[in-house]
Amino acid sequence: MKLLEYQAKEVLSSLGIPIPPGMVARNPGEAVAAFEKLGPVAVKAQVPVGGRGKAGGIKLAKTADEARKAAEQIIGMDIKGFKVPLVYCEAALEIEREIYLGFTVDRDARANILMLSAKGGIDIEQVAEESPESISRLYPNPWRGPLDFELTQLVYDAGLGELARPLSALIKKLYRAIPDYDALTAEINPLVVTRDGEVIAGDAKLEIDDNAAWRHRDLEQRYGSVLEGDPYEVEAKKRNLTYVSLDGDIGIIGNGAGLCMGTLDLVQRAGGRPANFCDIGGGAKAEVVENALAVILMNPKVKGVVINVFGGITRGDEVAMGVITARDNLKMKLPLVVRMSGTREEEGREILRQNGIEPGVSGWEAAKKIVELTRVGVQ
Amino acid sequence: MTILLDSSTKVLVQGITGREGGFHTEQMQELGTKVVGGISPGKGGAKHLGVPVFNTVADAVQATGATASGIFVPAPFAADAIMEAAAAGITLIVCISEGIPIQDMIRVKDFLRGFPQARLIGANCPGLITPGQAKIGIIPQRITSPGPVGLVSRSGTLTYEVASALSASGLGQSTIVGIGGDPVLGLTFRDVVELFEKDPATTHIVLIGEIGGSDEEHAAELLARGTRLKAVAFISGRTAPEGKRMGHAGAIISGNRGTAKSKEEAFRKAGVAVAETTDEIVGLLR
Repeated sequence: MKLLEYQAKEVLSSLGIPIPPGMVARNPGEAVAAFEKLGPVAVKAQVPVGGRGKAGGIKLAKTADEARKAAEQIIGMDIKGFKVPLVYCEAALEIEREIYLGFTVDRDARANILMLSAKGGIDIEQVAEESPESISRLYPNPWRGPLDFELTQLVYDAGLGELARPLSALIKKLYRAIPDYDALTAEINPLVVTRDGEVIAGDAKLEIDDNAAWRHRDLEQRYGSVLEGDPYEVEAKKRNLTYVSLDGDIGIIGNGAGLCMGTLDLVQRAGGRPANFCDIGGGAKAEVVENALAVILMNPKVKGVVINVFGGITRGDEVAMGVITARDNLKMKLPLVVRMSGTREEEGREILRQNGIEPGVSGWEAAKKIVELTRVGVQ
Repeated sequence: MTILLDSSTKVLVQGITGREGGFHTEQMQELGTKVVGGISPGKGGAKHLGVPVFNTVADAVQATGATASGIFVPAPFAADAIMEAAAAGITLIVCISEGIPIQDMIRVKDFLRGFPQARLIGANCPGLITPGQAKIGIIPQRITSPGPVGLVSRSGTLTYEVASALSASGLGQSTIVGIGGDPVLGLTFRDVVELFEKDPATTHIVLIGEIGGSDEEHAAELLARGTRLKAVAFISGRTAPEGKRMGHAGAIISGNRGTAKSKEEAFRKAGVAVAETTDEIVGLLR
């Protein structure tokens, strides 16, 4: 789960990290109220992607009118596919210098990596490419966390020795997001040193592990529903489906993530465009198939659906019954192709044929078939 | 010959009294796996599926001399179960459980450094099988057959599809290893390739990868240095969009990293044939 900037700052603040005064504004009136309380503010789009500034999603407001206009322009704006639900109005900072501080999971090292750089305020990927030596790194022990001497080394390596004490303290606090919130990524860029010498978080990015949601229900409740997600993904989540929305018009269901991704690839290879990814896992029980079909069919763009099942423990005849029940309950009339292989595949295929569904023997055959059937509909 | 597991390996099942644990233990026993005990805290002293149940892995190891364990325990308890097995001296730990928090697995990886003899497969994996001999996990034996092809994969059902096609074509498998779909895991593609390289009974190898991370690239690097194995690779997820988790926690493209294209290129550079669809794998192997 990716937190929005104001949510991430709330979490950082609760960890003891200084943040600038700020207020959420859901409409231009609230933006004016924020200006009146805080003075000149940066009006910032709240979306879980970078590049907001370039997209025109961050504007400085020096008057109440500017605040109102900025909010009017930014709220509802589309930034990289996300509709801005609200803005965060933050007191402008007197920036002396900008530092980069963050941690993320280094997959190759199978460990968390802490990064610090005096080159803050720029895209860290750019810094990593142009001057990697200016990023100092530390792999903290996941049981102990970063030790004091390790942090001292990190800070001096980054050429920030004169800020050793406040930076070390702040890094330790940021690191707490890992044991306390199962954070996978936490980034403060820029970490601002103000003219008064304060060290304060200029921006904040926080990503929480979805696999750990069960032990952070409060976070989910507090921050989960602010962003207007894709309506099909939202519905799928309610029905406990592993589902991702895509751009096309052919619905995809598979039992197993690798198999499902493979099916997406096959449909595209056959000249079609997948509408979604949906992994129904092992079992393919009628209820799960029905939920998956129901969500896919909510999308008016969908012209047909392909279901790719390889039964290991799952039995073909059971899957076939599940698919038929689901199709009939939903009164689905669009083309439906089912690839059925594995355990009891013959029995399953016979049941499908008897009920008017084309069984495919391979994923590739099924993909070609569904693309053909959905193309026919286009005159 | 095989890698890691054969019919003489003594195997424990953590979570044997649960629904998944029980069902798959029966399947394992049906194949001929030497299941010697199970672990279920609070049920020690009982018997289940013909084997003794213990409260802890250490108790089970002391009584049975087991060296391997399959973990069928819910995600909130799975990391602890892995560490318990390692601490008890288990050298082959297979964790089937899906949904283990990534920070838990990062802690597990660090913990396992203190037990260098312990090999972990998974988590979030179907396990491994030596066709005709033994299995730890959920790979259905009926689609497998003994032979010279080593199969290693991040996927579950896609692996079954490939195994089935291999078996149908008379290309049996020496060992099938499902390394799982998580980003922080035990044995990697590279680790398993090394094991197959050392196994005289394995002459061919099939790698089923997917988007996310660089494990496939690291394996390709190793193969590029020279191998006696005839290798074929397939990568799932070419059409997956950036930034979206495609089912598996580890199946996610970040910026330019972890793309199917980068993996396919790495394999081609290493002289490994890359199948565009799983149907092509058999042909490329011959």
